Amino acid sequence: MKHRTFFWFFMPTGLAMLLFIALPILSVVVQSMHTPHEAVLLTVETCTPFKCTEETTIDQDATAAIRAAEPLGRFVGLDIYLDRAHLAIGEVGSAWTNAAGWSEFFSALSNLPFYRAMSFTLVFIFTVTPMVILLGLLIALSVNSIYAQLRGVVIFFSLLPFVITPLIGALVLYWMIDSRGILGNLLQWMAGDPSLSLKASTGLMWVSLIIYGIWHAAPFAFVIFYAGLQTLPKDQMEAAQIDGASRLQRVRYVILPHLMPLVTFVTLIQLMDNFRVFEPIIGFNAEAHATSLSWAIFNDLGGETRQFSSAAATSVITIIGVAILLTPVLIRTWRDFRGKV
Amino acid sequence: MASQARKMPLGLRVALSGFVVIWLIMAAFPFIWTLWGSFKVELDFFSIADWTNALTGYRTEQTYGSPYTGAGYHGAWVEEGFLRNVINTFIVCFFVVLTSLTIGTLGGYALSRSGYRYTFWLLITALIFRAMPPITLVAGYMLPFFQWNVWGILPTTIIVLVAINQPFTLWMLHSFFQNIPKELDESAKVDGCTQFQAFRHVIIPVMWPGVITTGLFSFLLAYNDFAVTAMLLSEDNRTMVPQVAAFLGTTYTEGNIMFAVAAVVSATVPLFILVMFFQRQIVSGLTAGAVKG
Repeated sequence: MKHRTFFWFFMPTGLAMLLFIALPILSVVVQSMHTPHEAVLLTVETCTPFKCTEETTIDQDATAAIRAAEPLGRFVGLDIYLDRAHLAIGEVGSAWTNAAGWSEFFSALSNLPFYRAMSFTLVFIFTVTPMVILLGLLIALSVNSIYAQLRGVVIFFSLLPFVITPLIGALVLYWMIDSRGILGNLLQWMAGDPSLSLKASTGLMWVSLIIYGIWHAAPFAFVIFYAGLQTLPKDQMEAAQIDGASRLQRVRYVILPHLMPLVTFVTLIQLMDNFRVFEPIIGFNAEAHATSLSWAIFNDLGGETRQFSSAAATSVITIIGVAILLTPVLIRTWRDFRGKV
Repeated sequence: MASQARKMPLGLRVALSGFVVIWLIMAAFPFIWTLWGSFKVELDFFSIADWTNALTGYRTEQTYGSPYTGAGYHGAWVEEGFLRNVINTFIVCFFVVLTSLTIGTLGGYALSRSGYRYTFWLLITALIFRAMPPITLVAGYMLPFFQWNVWGILPTTIIVLVAINQPFTLWMLHSFFQNIPKELDESAKVDGCTQFQAFRHVIIPVMWPGVITTGLFSFLLAYNDFAVTAMLLSEDNRTMVPQVAAFLGTTYTEGNIMFAVAAVVSATVPLFILVMFFQRQIVSGLTAGAVKG
C-alpha cells in the first residue's frame, strides 16, 4: 500500500487517538507540574478617629488577571509529586529516622494516601493473579472432561461474571456479603458473632475485594485455557499414555507445557488489569479500608473542589506503573515481530 | 477427548463434575439471588431477623399482600426516571460502536495491508494506549472541556469513548484482516480498482464476522464504562452505570436501596441477552488475541 493511501485510511483513527489519548497524556503531565494561583491578597488599613484596623481581602481583579494570564497556574516542578498526598518524601524520611522498628515505620507509611493505596493494590495484584490462573485452569480442565453437550451451558454461565459491568458485579456481590445479606448472615452464623460486619473490618474487606477480583476474572482465564486445550496435539497425549504416564503426569508434563504461552499471556493481562482496580472499591464502599491509585484520581476529580493537579500527578504515577508492567509485553511483541520479518 | 472421558475413573469424574457445579453456582447464583430479591422489600432482601424471609417474602407479603412486588422497579423507572439513563446508554453505545467500527475498520485494514515498518510502531503505540487506564486520561480532558463548554453532553463522551476504544479495535481488526488473503484485493487492483474500491467491493462483503466480534467488545466497553461516563457527563445526561452509582449515594440515606437493586437488575438484562446470542463470538474474540500472541 502506498504511503498516501495508507495515510488517508489511517487518518480518522489516528487523529482520534492523537487528540483524545496522546494529547491528554501530555496535558496531564503538564498539569501535574502546575498548581492553581493563590488568590492575591490586599491589606487595607481603615482608620476611624479612635483606632485603625487592618483588613485583608481578596483582590478579585488582580486574581482574575493573573489566572487569565497563566491559565495553567503556577509552575511548581515536581512539588506535587513529592507532597503528602503523593510520594510524601518528607514524611517517609521522617518516619524512617524516627521509627523505632519496621512495624512502626510501616504503620507510619500506611497513614500516607499513596502508600496506603499501593499496599492494597500490590496485595490485590499478587493474590488475584495467581488465583485467577489456578481457578481458570481447574475449570478448563474439568469442563474439558465433562460431556460435550453441557459445555455450551457451562460457558454461558461462566461468561456472566466476566461481561458484567464491574461496578454492577461488585454491587451484586456486596449486597450478598453485607451484614444483612445472605452470605453476611452465613458468615455471622459460622463465626458465631452477630456483630461481624464487612464495613467494620479491614481484613474482611480486603478478602471480599479479592474474592470479587477472582470471580470477575476467572472466566477470562478459563475461556483462554479452554481454547488452548482444544488445540492440544492428540498424538502427544497418546504417546504419553503409551509410555505409562499417569493422569496427573500427563497434566504436568504435556498439558501444562502446551498451555504455558497462554498462562504467560493471562498473567500479563491480569497484572495490568488488577493494577487499575477501581470499580469494586466504589461498589463495596470500601474507601475507608482499601484504596487504589485509580480511586485516588477519581476522588480528586469528583466532589466539590476538583483537584486537577493532584489528580494529574497521580495519573502520571499510574501511567509509569502501567509502563513498567507493560515492558514484558512490549518485549514479547518486538520479538514476535522480528521473528516474522 | 470424549474417548478419554469414558476411560476416566468414576471418582475423578464425580469430583470434576462437582467442581464444575460449584463454579456454576458461584458464577450464576449472585445474579439469580439479586433478581429474586429485586421483587421484595428491603427488609426481606436485607433481612436481619431471618434470612429465609428473602426467599418467602414474609415482609413483602405484609406490606403488599403478595410475596412479590414491583415497587423497586416502579421507584427506579417511574419515580427516578431511570428510563432516561437507559436511553442515554443506548445512544452512547450505538454511536460508539458505529463510529469506532467505521474508522477502526479503515485503520485496521490499512495496517494489515501496508508492509512498511511504521505499521509496527503504530501498532505498538496502540498497545501502549490500550494499557492506559481511562481514568488517567480523564484529568486531561476535564479542563479543556470546561473551557470549550462541551463538558457534560453525550457527543463529547461518545467521541472520548470512541478514541479510548480505537487501540483495541485496531488490534482486533488488524489481526482479522491479516487472515483475509491479500490476493483478493490485489487481484481487484490488477483489474483496475483503486485501493478504496478494492476495499469497498472485495473486502467489505467478507469482513462481517470479524467486524461483528469487534463490535461486541466495543459495545461492552462503552456499556460497562464507569470512570469516563461518571466524570464527563452532567447529572441530566447520565448513562445507567453512573446513575446506579448515584443511586447509592442518595438511597443509602433515604432507605430506597431497592431502587438501586432494581436498576442493577435492569442493567444486567441486556448483557444477559448479549451473552445468550453472541456467546460464540465473545469466546472467539477473547481467544483471538491470546492464541495469536
